[in-house]
Amino acid sequence: MGKRRLAKDKVIQYIFFIFAFVSIAILCMILYFLVREGIPVFGQVSVKDFLFGKYWYPTSDPPDFGIFPLIVASLLVTVCSAAIAIPLGVMTAIYLAEIASTRVKEIAKPMVELLASLPSVVIGFFGMVIVAPFLQDVFDVPTGLNLFNASLMLAFMSVPTICTISEDAIASVPIELKEASLALGATHWESIVRVVIPASLSGLSTAVILGMSRAIGETMVVLMVAGGAAMVPSSIFDPVRPMPASIAAEMGEAPFQGDHYYALFATGMVLFMFTLFFNFIADYISNKHRQVGAATL
Amino acid sequence: MKFNSLKVMIVLLCAFCLTTAAWAENLEIKGSTTVLPIAQKAAEAFMKIYPDVNVSVSGGGSGNGIKAIIDGTTDVADSSRFIKDKEVALAVKKGVYPVPFGVAYDCIVPVVHPTNPIKNLTINQLKDIYKGKVNNWKDIGGPDKKIVVISRDTSSGTYEVWEKLIMKKERVFPGALLQASNGAVAQAVAKNTYAVGYVGLSYLNKDLKPLTVDGVKATAENAMTAAYPISRVLYMFTKGWPTGTTLKFINFMMHPVKGQKIVAEAGYVPLY
Repeated sequence: MGKRRLAKDKVIQYIFFIFAFVSIAILCMILYFLVREGIPVFGQVSVKDFLFGKYWYPTSDPPDFGIFPLIVASLLVTVCSAAIAIPLGVMTAIYLAEIASTRVKEIAKPMVELLASLPSVVIGFFGMVIVAPFLQDVFDVPTGLNLFNASLMLAFMSVPTICTISEDAIASVPIELKEASLALGATHWESIVRVVIPASLSGLSTAVILGMSRAIGETMVVLMVAGGAAMVPSSIFDPVRPMPASIAAEMGEAPFQGDHYYALFATGMVLFMFTLFFNFIADYISNKHRQVGAATL
Repeated sequence: MKFNSLKVMIVLLCAFCLTTAAWAENLEIKGSTTVLPIAQKAAEAFMKIYPDVNVSVSGGGSGNGIKAIIDGTTDVADSSRFIKDKEVALAVKKGVYPVPFGVAYDCIVPVVHPTNPIKNLTINQLKDIYKGKVNNWKDIGGPDKKIVVISRDTSSGTYEVWEKLIMKKERVFPGALLQASNGAVAQAVAKNTYAVGYVGLSYLNKDLKPLTVDGVKATAENAMTAAYPISRVLYMFTKGWPTGTTLKFINFMMHPVKGQKIVAEAGYVPLY
């Protein structure tokens, strides 16, 4: 009897191992194909010309495969959206975790999370049809499909991520810390700024970086509202063409296993490295500054 | 290892035999989003005539369609451009001979916002606008406003025609907004007072003002007589010379009162 139970235990262990292994195997396979389909473009252009070339004309003859404007666009869109989303997300989280009454919290928190369930194509459509004409009228810019519009839409998408993870981080600050702070005569506000926020800083940073990595990889929104001009923008109201938009727009028509096709996969590799980098930073911060109990502040 | 791959081959072969046996009357159409409206309507009408044939239609782009013909995953590939040399080489290497059938003409029409006073542009003016040489409407007789140039992404079939017939191999300047579909261009121009873009004939609507090119209006008649300068042929490719159901479908497409009527209904220009 005992032996059988042990055997069953072993089998279950293996089954779980296989399930865990499948996702890793899939990741490795995708990576392998990404690299295999992306590397050949470097027989055509040097890595330096690819990364820092200023012109993206993949179909002209001779073609130019410079993704510098696309990289700049991706980074700018991410930074600008972070500038909008971080204050919004973190402050909402502080309000929800520390200030809001239970009733307000019960209504507001699911609402913020509902924002995350909006499909990105809906947000993109909103940006294209409502926000773009609005920007044209209000700021008198030539086109509303621009860097600013894309950043705004991406901020909408990363606020729920930032807010939810931040709220968890703030809520997990040990109550003793707050009690001690209040007992020393600090006001609620002083406790939040001097104790709660520093104690949850690693969680907040993780939240921000995960929010940003969501923004940099987002495709549909930037495809619809960023404008799509492959140039280094000179103002926040210039149209841009981030990497995911370029890949999504061109992949369908690129000749199979042609140089353009390889170049798009190589762009995907660069994009993957950016998100990987963001995730590593998030991981590093959350490990390094992990709050263990109340004693490590 | 060898044994394994053999086993996989056998399994695949069996699966293949089974599917072909069970779904003998299946027709797969794939490719260009420009040809998609024609293919969809044609498929519906075709299935009414041949109820035992199941036609499935999907988009994905001209490149994807031709790739599918080369891989053998589709029977008919829609394409808004002719097959490229590299694709032919790849096909021949795999022992596939794609056969093109021109099924319709399409006009590409420059469009502006309805409030724009401009009515006509010459080919040279269009070229200068898209090269970035002319960037204000006042230079070509409009208001003193910056021109918002809207183009298609460089790998689309529509762009290719534009590049060949308007740009004459010169490049569209990097500041042009690139949209991913005809619909997106139409949407962007309709929402922007000072924009100029170009769309296929079937995408014209009341929110867009079509321009005449060198004084010629974009109509079916002008496209057929080649008086209108920016038109192209739309293709369907088959894997080798079509046989069986595929042949029936191609014959249906080319039929003057069956397939070609559908071409006109979908907003394109029939062959005859």
